[in-house]
Amino acid sequence: MADIAHVPAPAVRHFRSASTESPAVRGMLITIAVAFLLSFLVLPLAIVFFEAFREGFGAFIEGITEKDALAAIKLTIIVAAISVPANLIFGLAASWAIAKFEFRGKSLLITLIDLPFSVSPVTSGLIYVLLFGAQGFFGPFLQAHDIQIIFAVPGIVLATIFVTFPFIARELIPIMQEQGTQDEEAALSLGATGWQTFRRITLPNVKWALLYGVLLCNARAMGEFGAVSVVSGKIRGKTNTMPLQVEILYNEYMQTAAFALAALLALLALVTLLIKSVLEWRYADEIAAARR
Amino acid sequence: MAVAWGYVPNAPSHVFKKPSVIPGFGLALGFSLTYLSIIVLIPLAALVLKTSALGWEEFWRIATDPRTVAALRVSFGISLAAAAVNAAFGFIVAWVLVRYEFPGRRVLDAIVDLPFALPTAVAGIALTALYAKNGWIGQLAEPLGLKIAYTPKGIFIALVFIGLPFVVRTVQPVLEDMSVEAEEAAATLGASRRQTFFRVVLPVLLPATLTGFALALARAVGEYGSVIFIAGNIPFVSEIAPLLIIIRLTEFNYAAATAIATIMLAISFVLLLFINLLQAWSRKRLAHG
Repeated sequence: MADIAHVPAPAVRHFRSASTESPAVRGMLITIAVAFLLSFLVLPLAIVFFEAFREGFGAFIEGITEKDALAAIKLTIIVAAISVPANLIFGLAASWAIAKFEFRGKSLLITLIDLPFSVSPVTSGLIYVLLFGAQGFFGPFLQAHDIQIIFAVPGIVLATIFVTFPFIARELIPIMQEQGTQDEEAALSLGATGWQTFRRITLPNVKWALLYGVLLCNARAMGEFGAVSVVSGKIRGKTNTMPLQVEILYNEYMQTAAFALAALLALLALVTLLIKSVLEWRYADEIAAARR
Repeated sequence: MAVAWGYVPNAPSHVFKKPSVIPGFGLALGFSLTYLSIIVLIPLAALVLKTSALGWEEFWRIATDPRTVAALRVSFGISLAAAAVNAAFGFIVAWVLVRYEFPGRRVLDAIVDLPFALPTAVAGIALTALYAKNGWIGQLAEPLGLKIAYTPKGIFIALVFIGLPFVVRTVQPVLEDMSVEAEEAAATLGASRRQTFFRVVLPVLLPATLTGFALALARAVGEYGSVIFIAGNIPFVSEIAPLLIIIRLTEFNYAAATAIATIMLAISFVLLLFINLLQAWSRKRLAHG
């Protein structure tokens, strides 16, 4: 491009770069993109906070400190606190096996790990009802032993683990594959044990990708609605997570209370996006290269 | 078993795993497979098993039930329309974010992922509040005779929202990796900007755009949370297939719920296959320049 610019001035009067659009087209495209994003993303976000604070800050606080709302917040945190670490351990084990070794059926395994992403949330809940519900395969057994999974916390945890299953593994697998096995082999040859190698070499190498995966996994775990609504039974103060409580309040025309809890969830989403962007800007190379 | 094989020196190529000095393969793979089976494979197998227990006739009766067909048609038709809109606008958004510099670009780039991060129930009530007849957008549309909330148009809006990031995020990296040299060469050879775009740029971006379209479609077909608040949920008109599964479940009609879920699962597998083929095509295409 610089070379062309050196052509004596009179030759080209209105120089226009060959590889970009005219200012008019450019301005139009930017306007379309910005208008699209503003109306489809920013407006919905804005109205959540607008509705939450419509009746003042006091009403908002009242909404999120009400007894059932607090129970919902607590349950949401408990569910995330179980399902995220469970998927974290799985993600580490699966990526260790897939990235550090060559074995048959590897690509099939990777496909199977991604499977939950292509299942409707409602179906994700239904499959556990079919297994553990009163009419399910294990229903009679569970009833005989007085164990409740569906319409109770274990069912909610299982459904949440299912829908967030691939998040951490799919961040770790590409980055670990990219890093290869040389660091680990060097550590092992210098006398480190397998566990030391994992903890001191592998983990620090993937820490940002790991954090990234945990962040996305947590956001989905706390916000999951469809799968959880099938297995929860929606018992107030007992099996309602925050999104389910939002639904109940909304259907009862408790607009402000519903949006107050929704604003809390929207805040979680915003914080997630913020940390995610910071990670992407600062550690782009250390987060998985294969991003869809 | 796998571990023992791993240490066979000069193992022939047909063994399960290549030898390696790194420990922990048996434990890591064993744990992964167990966890995968308990959480994903066995529950999904239960769904298939339950469906096959119905028998073909019963399955067919449920699948061709007018309400089932209507719900599937609503889910599919509107998902296709929403994914198409996302393909067009997502392409423009990706283009603008990669090629142009303007104030606020980084913030817009970050916010594209909002539909991934925002819980679907929150999106659902927010969109309903926006498009209801006294909402910010609804009151503008109402005088034009346009009723959006509680109609199929509302479903369309929710599905555009939920599918928005897919096309942007699949096209963006391809566009970033694309060198402008090919475009400059085309221009040097006398092509107009329009010709360059349609003959040089678009063919490279087409596979990624189609992949994004298919991903958005797959997501939209199964979507539940953001849709049910704004849909109105009128049977035969604005009732989506995932909602019908839940309705059948609350009626204790497990057979119908299972059958509809299996149909949806089959559809997602077809889409998944299609997406994998597209990605293979895209890789091949990019590799050959």
